[in-house]
Amino acid sequence: MSQTLTTIDWSVQPPYLHPAYTSTVKRSPQRPLIPLPQTLAELSGPVFGYDDLAPLDDDLTKNAVADGEPLGERIIVTGRVLDENNRPVPHALIEIWQANACGRYIHKNDQHPAPLDPNFAGTGRVLTDANGGYRFTTIKPGAYPWRNHPNAWRPAHIHFSLFGTNFLSRLVTQMYFPGDPLLSYDPIYNGIPDEEGRRRLISQYDHEVTQPEWALGYRFDIVLSGSAMTPFET
Amino acid sequence: MLKQTPSQTVGPFFHNALIRGDQNILATEQARGERITIRGRVLDGDGAPIPDAMIEIWQPDARGIFQHRTDPRHAEADPHFRGFGRAETVNNGEFCFVTVKPGQIAVDENQAVAPFINVRIFARGMLIHSLTRLYFADEAANATDPVLSAIDPARRGTLIARRVESADSTTYQFDIVLQGDGETVFFTP
Repeated sequence: MSQTLTTIDWSVQPPYLHPAYTSTVKRSPQRPLIPLPQTLAELSGPVFGYDDLAPLDDDLTKNAVADGEPLGERIIVTGRVLDENNRPVPHALIEIWQANACGRYIHKNDQHPAPLDPNFAGTGRVLTDANGGYRFTTIKPGAYPWRNHPNAWRPAHIHFSLFGTNFLSRLVTQMYFPGDPLLSYDPIYNGIPDEEGRRRLISQYDHEVTQPEWALGYRFDIVLSGSAMTPFET
Repeated sequence: MLKQTPSQTVGPFFHNALIRGDQNILATEQARGERITIRGRVLDGDGAPIPDAMIEIWQPDARGIFQHRTDPRHAEADPHFRGFGRAETVNNGEFCFVTVKPGQIAVDENQAVAPFINVRIFARGMLIHSLTRLYFADEAANATDPVLSAIDPARRGTLIARRVESADSTTYQFDIVLQGDGETVFFTP
């Protein structure tokens, strides 16, 4: 009960108010945040298991097939989920969602005039293994326009939602792709205060992960908050 | 220490991936304790409803036990109750959970801690989620609760859900104001 966990590190996390991302202007708190004492409610957290997964949840190229294969560039995304002490986070639930290869989501509010793919839903779930490792297969998402400012385009990205070992390790983020020229124009990506932090959201092409004559490989490691401040308890 | 991976907004298109089944129902009919509904609206700095937010809650069962191994009593946790819930807001900014009223949790024998639910808010326009707590208006322990007592009395009410009883159910009303007049008290996430 006397364990202390790390909370959000504001030197790497984006602020609530980032005026270049216009939707933050009316949705950001103006009063100072209040620190919470850590009770069982913060040291515990929801636990997920293999029962929460369906068989094809880790393969977005197969889990929504209607009459053929989804179009686009097949990719494998893999990596490790770690805590700030460089220890693996096993059994972390990762939920993923993304646009199709043309930059279109299946969603009533997505009005981008790009085609839907009848064989691609763009959603999946995986659980990390004992070493914090995860892996899924998907289609490389396309960029798409949005209305934040004139000629605004989101760089290609995959959304990640993660539950770690306790309530404070919750993370929702986005994975980007190396060399994307849209990154420097994107106010969501550039809401992250330091360059090193921004770079950590860019996956790395990994030729070892690439499967011959099948799919390109990308590596994306994730570090969660809610880590023990004293790794070795006395 | 490794540096944390930065957060990014959940965006507007999370529904098919994150809102599945009845994740906003935490308790079966067999669950111990008082079955309650929580209803609220999420509002922005203009008082306009936010129709594309996601709310997550985490709470112990009716006896104050968490279904997690860090709780020394977790073996006794109510099997008909899961502590995690997730809901979307709809057009008028409303969300809804069906759960049980949580019991008091064990903190420290010298201190009475009022029952509460941890609440997270995710939305387009939020690069990182917000964290708040829901307390219950009809709890005497609110008066001496260390977290509530440390908050400016003028703002404390934003954390306290109002009890509304009808013939067949008990509802707690809990609005979340992201900014401005009546801004909800938020904690370090």
